[in-house]
Amino acid sequence: MSTASQSKATNAANECRPSLARGLWALTYRELKKWLKDPVMLIMFVLQPLIWMGLLGKSMNIGGLFSANNINLPPQIPIPGKDVLSPPGLPVVVLNGTALAQTFAQMGSKIMENTFGVTDYFSFMAVGMVSMIVMTTTMFSGMSIVWDRRLGFLEKVISTPVSRAAIIFAKILNATFRAMFQASVILALAYLLGLQLSSSFTLLNLLGVYAAIFLLGVGLSAVFIAFSIRSTRMERPMQFISLITMPLMFASNTFFPTKLMPDWMQAIANVNPLTYLTDAIRRLTILPLDASALIWDFTYLGLFAAVLTSIGIVLAWRYLTR
Amino acid sequence: MTDEVIKAENLTKIFNKSLVAVDHINFSVREGEIFGFLGPNGAGKTTTINMLITVLKPTEGRASVLGFDVVKQANEVRKVIGVVPQEYTADEDLTGYENIILCADLYGIPRDIAKKRALELLELVELTEFRDKRVETYSGGMRRRLELACGLINRPKVLFLDEPTLGLDVQTRAATWEYIRRLKKEYGMTIFMTTHYLEEADALCDRIAIIDHGKIIVTGSPSELKDSLGGDIITITIKENADVTDIIRSVENVKEVRKENGSYRIKAAKGEATAPLIIEALRRKGFTVTRLSLTEPTLNEVYLEYTGRAIRDTEESKEAFRMHRITLRRARAG
Repeated sequence: MSTASQSKATNAANECRPSLARGLWALTYRELKKWLKDPVMLIMFVLQPLIWMGLLGKSMNIGGLFSANNINLPPQIPIPGKDVLSPPGLPVVVLNGTALAQTFAQMGSKIMENTFGVTDYFSFMAVGMVSMIVMTTTMFSGMSIVWDRRLGFLEKVISTPVSRAAIIFAKILNATFRAMFQASVILALAYLLGLQLSSSFTLLNLLGVYAAIFLLGVGLSAVFIAFSIRSTRMERPMQFISLITMPLMFASNTFFPTKLMPDWMQAIANVNPLTYLTDAIRRLTILPLDASALIWDFTYLGLFAAVLTSIGIVLAWRYLTR
Repeated sequence: MTDEVIKAENLTKIFNKSLVAVDHINFSVREGEIFGFLGPNGAGKTTTINMLITVLKPTEGRASVLGFDVVKQANEVRKVIGVVPQEYTADEDLTGYENIILCADLYGIPRDIAKKRALELLELVELTEFRDKRVETYSGGMRRRLELACGLINRPKVLFLDEPTLGLDVQTRAATWEYIRRLKKEYGMTIFMTTHYLEEADALCDRIAIIDHGKIIVTGSPSELKDSLGGDIITITIKENADVTDIIRSVENVKEVRKENGSYRIKAAKGEATAPLIIEALRRKGFTVTRLSLTEPTLNEVYLEYTGRAIRDTEESKEAFRMHRITLRRARAG
């Protein structure tokens, strides 16, 4: 090697200033570009919660159970005098059935409100669907690390001086951005299908919604990336995802409030991060504002994200280079 | 800077505590040379390269690239090397240009320099007109060239090529060799490559190490290795009907003479120089040579000599090879 080419080579080495931010942006940008080039997948992802929301949410008309129409009492309800304690001695009492049905219906909406916080079940479960899409989106994009390994892309990235943390964070960020975008789509669709916003809702609340989704998205994708980081096959993470989605969804407040669940199930629901995301979004959209409950939700989500991301990073350091 | 750009001492990789992929190998690569690892599939070539490029950690022993330890100073190593892996690793959904810029970002090369260099490299590997096409639409040869361009984005001092022509047709293979030679000339790089094509090792490499079952069997330049076999084969026929074995044997450099079907099969070192001497010696005694042929031993014979089998014999069927790769990958992951 001549002196000239040697000095050229030395300069080249000095030019390399791999930074976490630069690498992180490059890798995230790559994934986002890939994602935008594949709109079919995007639609597929939105479709599933849309079907749940449209069919299940609309058919499970729990509010309708308590409507005056459904109670359907005859206009006049005669009651024998001996059944009436006070005033005594009347031969027969006739109740106004229509008025009574009205009263029951009013009680019904009170029951709905006590149970779900809102009078229509659709609004309640539509918000649950936002959590669901956050969960499925982050899970599946966590698996893209398996693809990268299979295609050799991961090994190439590892052989460059880019920060190892950037490799993992890019995956996490990408999954989270997707989840945030798809959650917006679901929220918009839910609104079109009849989601009832609370009177305290302002556009500012949307920022809170995104913050909550961001926290859960980061935490959940870190879990799935950590789980699939050593995998060279798709089957294992797939199996894991199909195993875990149903319990996570049902043992939470996604479809039904936790307070009516049996104790053991409540115990699961109370540590399930999905519960906290759903609760936070409900409080920010369809329920009246309750600051203390919101703070608790965000604290839990924040801790969840921080702890799991740290675990993810540690595993990344440990296992990216074998 | 030392003359030894790459140095491996007792480098060993054991997967799953039992599968010995690389077994205490020692070698060094000198500055500016093309050094080839030659061996059948599954001999440990890729595992060795992966340890040198810091993707795998050695189980035992050590290795250094430009004086940087591949484990302790992995990040320094990564900055000065270029890697062209065996697989097509470019992102199929991105264009060729986008892929090169992505690589530049991973190395942290300033944007303006990266853009200029990306265009230069695309020009070098003749992909300029396809720069904005998705890699998905590229042919095998084009992808290989794109991988080369990506591996050069940081102006590496040492370039690692893992089976650079695997799966390419003969024409594309020859074109790829041309690129590699041009790269070496233009950038003065040291190149470490693996291959299981004998003709490739012969055509490109300054020095070769033959590796089999994780061990280096012999190291040397292709001609040294061929010479070590005892030389070339000279076959001559003479006009006269007489036994001239002793006359031939007395010529310098001749090692073995055998009479076969009226012609003489001679094993001799430096065949090109020895053949005229034999003709001269025979003429002085009054014999006339009517026919002469000179065969240089190929690496195939070298390989046969050292491993005890032809490299073709060791090439498993495609399916068996695929299964082997999967097993190895799982072992590496686990």
